Amino acid sequence: MNVIAPITPDSEILHPRGLRVAGHSAAQDSARKQVAGEALYIDDMPEPRDLLHAYIRLSDHAHARIVKLDVSAAAASLGVAAVLTARDVPGVNDVGPAFPGDPIFADGLVEYAGQSVFAVAADSIALARQAAMRAVLEYEPLPPVLTIREALAQQFFVLPSQKMQRGDAAAALAAAPQRLQGRIVVGGQEHFYLEGQIAMAVPGEDHDIKVYSSTQHPTEVQHLVARALAVPDHAVICETRRMGGAFGGKESQASLYAAIAALLAAKTGRPVKLRLDRDDDMKLTGKRHDFEIEWDVGFDATGRITGIAFMLAGNCGMSPDLSGAINDRAMFHSDNAYYLDAVSIVSHRCKTHTVSNTAFRGFGGPQGMVGIEAVMDAIARHLKRDPLQVRRRNFYGKRDRNITPYHMTVEDNVIPEIVAELARTSEYAKRRQEIAAFNAGSPWVKRGLALTPVKFGISFTLTRMNQAGALLHVYTDGSVMLNHGGTEMGQGLFTKVAQVAAEEFGIDLDRVKITATTTEKVPNTSPTAASSGSDLNGKAAQAAARIIRERIAKVIAKQWGVAAGDIVFRDGELRCGPHAMRFSEAAKHTHAARVSLSSTGYYATPKIHYDTKLHQGRPFYYFAYGASVSEVEVDTLTGEYRLRRVDILHDAGASLNPALDLGQIEGGYVQGMGWLTTEELWWDAQGRLRTHAPSTYKIPAVGDVPQDFRVALWKRGRNRENAIYRSKAVGEPPLMHGISAFQALVDAVASCGEGVVQLDAPATPERVLMAIAARRGG
Amino acid sequence: MRETIRFLLSETDCSIAGLPPTMTVLEWLRTEARACGTKEGCAEGDCGACTVVLGEVIDGRLRYRAVNACILFIASLDGRQLLTVEHLRGPDGTLHPVQQALVEQHGSQCGFCTPGFVMSLFALYHAGGGADRQAVQEALAGNLCRCTGYRPIVDAALAACAGPPADRFAANAAAIAARLQALATGEPLGLTHASGKFLVPRSLEQLDGLTQTWPDAVLLAGGTDAALWVTKQYRALPEVIALDRVEGLDTVTEDDSLLRVGASATYEDALAALAWHWPEFARMVRRVGSRQIRNRGTIGGNVANASPIGDTPPALIALGATLVLRAAGERRRIAAEDFFLGYRKTALARGEYLEAIEVPLPAPGQLFAVYKVSKRLEQDISAVCGAFALTLDGGKVASVRIAFGGMAAVPKRAVQTELSLLGQLWTQDSVALAMEALDAELAPISDMRASAAYRKLVARNLLLRFQLETAPLSDAAVRLSEVAA
Ligand SMILES: Cc1cc2nc3c(=O)[nH]c(=O)nc-3n(C[C@H](O)[C@H](O)[C@H](O)COP(=O)(O)OP(=O)(O)OC[C@H]3O[C@@H](n4cnc5c(N)ncnc54)[C@H](O)[C@@H]3O)c2cc1C
Ligand code: FES
Ligand code: FES
Repeated sequence: MNVIAPITPDSEILHPRGLRVAGHSAAQDSARKQVAGEALYIDDMPEPRDLLHAYIRLSDHAHARIVKLDVSAAAASLGVAAVLTARDVPGVNDVGPAFPGDPIFADGLVEYAGQSVFAVAADSIALARQAAMRAVLEYEPLPPVLTIREALAQQFFVLPSQKMQRGDAAAALAAAPQRLQGRIVVGGQEHFYLEGQIAMAVPGEDHDIKVYSSTQHPTEVQHLVARALAVPDHAVICETRRMGGAFGGKESQASLYAAIAALLAAKTGRPVKLRLDRDDDMKLTGKRHDFEIEWDVGFDATGRITGIAFMLAGNCGMSPDLSGAINDRAMFHSDNAYYLDAVSIVSHRCKTHTVSNTAFRGFGGPQGMVGIEAVMDAIARHLKRDPLQVRRRNFYGKRDRNITPYHMTVEDNVIPEIVAELARTSEYAKRRQEIAAFNAGSPWVKRGLALTPVKFGISFTLTRMNQAGALLHVYTDGSVMLNHGGTEMGQGLFTKVAQVAAEEFGIDLDRVKITATTTEKVPNTSPTAASSGSDLNGKAAQAAARIIRERIAKVIAKQWGVAAGDIVFRDGELRCGPHAMRFSEAAKHTHAARVSLSSTGYYATPKIHYDTKLHQGRPFYYFAYGASVSEVEVDTLTGEYRLRRVDILHDAGASLNPALDLGQIEGGYVQGMGWLTTEELWWDAQGRLRTHAPSTYKIPAVGDVPQDFRVALWKRGRNRENAIYRSKAVGEPPLMHGISAFQALVDAVASCGEGVVQLDAPATPERVLMAIAARRGG
Repeated sequence: MRETIRFLLSETDCSIAGLPPTMTVLEWLRTEARACGTKEGCAEGDCGACTVVLGEVIDGRLRYRAVNACILFIASLDGRQLLTVEHLRGPDGTLHPVQQALVEQHGSQCGFCTPGFVMSLFALYHAGGGADRQAVQEALAGNLCRCTGYRPIVDAALAACAGPPADRFAANAAAIAARLQALATGEPLGLTHASGKFLVPRSLEQLDGLTQTWPDAVLLAGGTDAALWVTKQYRALPEVIALDRVEGLDTVTEDDSLLRVGASATYEDALAALAWHWPEFARMVRRVGSRQIRNRGTIGGNVANASPIGDTPPALIALGATLVLRAAGERRRIAAEDFFLGYRKTALARGEYLEAIEVPLPAPGQLFAVYKVSKRLEQDISAVCGAFALTLDGGKVASVRIAFGGMAAVPKRAVQTELSLLGQLWTQDSVALAMEALDAELAPISDMRASAAYRKLVARNLLLRFQLETAPLSDAAVRLSEVAA
């Protein structure tokens, strides 16, 4: 059952055409089950008979040759059914999503501490773990490369470096009236999905395997599992009902656990479950890429940029994984909302002997944005102007100054309007003065304020991924079952897509059921990623619904003697003039007329194209926009800080579901703020991650969220492009609102003295205090 | 001794025998009872996904407390009521008010954290009503959510926990209390299993006997440190003696001169008395772990655990607390600062245990503060914890005690720093000199929580903050206005 909030004034403004189901704040489809503990995650499913539990033995070294691996003692241990090493993989021992380099089991060489070396399946997880520890594993350590600096020095890259440019940055810089250079280090981020990685593989007939996987990308899991088993894709089914959070961490990186569970299931003929505990999950799985960004900017006396050069060095870890596209996206967002007239962006994809970094909400975009926002701030402090003034001075124009560094014209720019509105509603100018006054009288506690914009490109930058399919059945009682390629990880995708189907048929939301995502029903799907879930799958579902609606309309139009196009589907009925019929009746009639009530639907995003060599084209269908203001208070004796107030104005287009979109915006902000403040990944000198559990890795808790938290959807938001009901994607863009929290900290630090502020991220209390000390000292 | 664990699973009599006594309640729920609503997010008490509620009779009344099932052993269920997320719906399927509020406020996205939040909210709902934002924040500090950003959950809490409890659990409280009291009578629990022995004495005499018979047993108070040896380090605990059922060991009492905190008194038990005498101490204690941790964890355990980053030892040392150690009925007393001999080494002899902590009541004019500095405000381990107790005479330092956590291998009294201040005017100049002494006498390490340089700088600045707060020259703020009280 879904709770539908009454039509709010907001949704009327957002949907002038009067959508009746879409556009409303329906509760997430599983909410009632979740609060009652009845929603099933993979580890909660009834366990099949003879289930085995798998455990992975991790590498102790960051870089080493395996000189001895003797698993006989493990195999002979109590309760053990199978032990698998690299040699036992019948197919390809690699789950690299785009490029090879991610061995299922290390084959003679380990390249990060925590890498999977072999796996054991036993009657219980404790027995599997004990057995795994009995194997003899000897290494010959090799010198590791652990940092971006070392990788840059050795030109140690996972993929070739890239360059994007427009105009002549070098000449512009040489001719610039004023010029500044700087550098910022941006840390990585652990996804910390609450549900760790998990897969359960159940063997069937004919070497078939069904894998239940907590994955954003069932098709890729299917394919990589089949490849590892050396069976055709049709022998493997991957099913995902829901994930307990993912955030990109289950886009490419769920495959390894699915593959190991499947290999063990194939070997033993028994079902196998592989669930990582938190520590192993954090050691084994990739994170957001940490970056080092160097910039060189020329500008005039008003702060307008005349030329800029960026060097982005992303730490990819030991393999390419998705790093190509992630580093591309960092380049794509090095402009954020600003027009860069003569620009060059060089991107290095550094290899280190650390875990392979991967997709994480924003997919490199946030790192790129942190770079340009640091530049804006530096220019403003240099010119002694309010940073907001400098930001505004550089915003993209509407008719001119509207070409991105990748030569795409920004056609839908609404950033000046959004920022103007937010500056007004947040009383930016007044608070700026109040803060200055407060700081003048407060030697120990300082406040800071910042407004930062977000412009985020929507579409997979790999053009071919921008397609989706849906499968829709109407039953003769008028109930609807819908499947699509998207996966549910809490973002509410199932609800939004169900709203689309209900809207198209004019029926209540609870007449539509979306069942688990499975490669059996919709094949060859793209991952649920790049914020594209509702754009792509909503459109595919709409296409399927419209096909069936037209069929029904045709049958009933014949009965009524009217034109099919004149029949309206609304309030659970078909209507035309004096005629009316329940939707369920109409379904029955259609079936009786021997017309199919089942259809697939398909969608491919129009307009996009991109030349990956020249870095030119239109990689994005449209942009999502927003802005935020954060105010912080900093204790200059300890570096501790609190958020005092946050205001966000975000453009979700004509929102498909305002409540769910609000949830994405608030959650995104807090996650972005965590990334740039308390979430610190810490490796020891041997390259071992020492922050591998919540006791040491600190994501925001309830007290870190400001009490005064004012979040609004932009009422004038409407997608210029023909996205589903003119909505906009909202999964990733809000994360980057967290940058205003970071910039507010910079602002507070700046108030402690003169000169440049050198604050790297995450701005832990330690970094903040040290930045203050550096300022006060010099 | 009784060999069966008896408890109420919601309203059903339940008994467990033949399982390892140190199996966690979370594992028992998920694998034995196959009740999978309660989730595992970390298995170390830090995420709250596993939060369940224990019903206990305290002072004749049924009290509900949220705890972490992932670090609670099944043996600790004995004589208690266990409530999980599955138990809250009404018989007709209606959602509990806290569940309903979460749905209405869109407080669950991926839903994996949700059962834990539901149970923390359920405990808050039964805490007496009138929950304001501060109360909500304290109740939820131990529940992590990665999706929502918390705002809708806080709103749900404020909506659902405003009034006095009026659910069927409130209506049933007396009956449940009576059933629990019936369970509590009879012989003490003593479990023997291949994995280890688990003894639950009910009196100090029994405890004296058992600690002599099993001098190497692990003494388990709240288990918020010790349970992690099992869940994280996979250590077997061959002999365990639980302290949480020993009558009289958990009492908090005071006379004219001192406050006596029984070794098995939980943080929450001790909070009111601490708040009365040392509001600053209580303010810090509210930042120890989370509500779930403080509902089980004890100050006694914090002291006996002897971690260099334990949060109460610096304050206890600064306040001049004495520890009462007991073996075979014999007591001896030792100053808190003399208890910590080296990294996780204490003055406890084999077969000896900590019975109580005695803190001298504040002398008139005592100035006291304790500051906990960590990466995150809530539920975090200190990078540095500094405690300061001072009396002045004519503007000069008449007595001073300073102690730090996180600055050495043990909770450390800063004797040289104290000496440099003694008899001096309580001014920033004296403090500047004392800071140098502090620098010289403390040599912290660098680790994932903080660098040595940061720890040193903070330690110095905390001393300065104490001076600024106790001898203010202006009304300028010296600490963040919004740090939760
Ligand atoms: C999520 C989490 C957060 C935490 N946060 C903090 C924090 O912020 N600050 C902090 O200081 N600590 C923190 N801790 C650690 C822990 O909660 C505290 O140290 C707590 O006070 C321990 O008390 P306990 O009763 O649970 O001890 P137990 O785990 O029961 O015992 C700890 C040790 O003390 C011994 N012991 C206990 N009682 C006695 C006794 N009477 N006589 C002799 N020996 C005894 C035990 O044998 C064991 O060695 C945290 C722990 C967790 C899991
Ligand atoms: S599972 Fe995280 S607190 Fe228990
Ligand atoms: S709803 Fe996903 S972690 Fe809270």
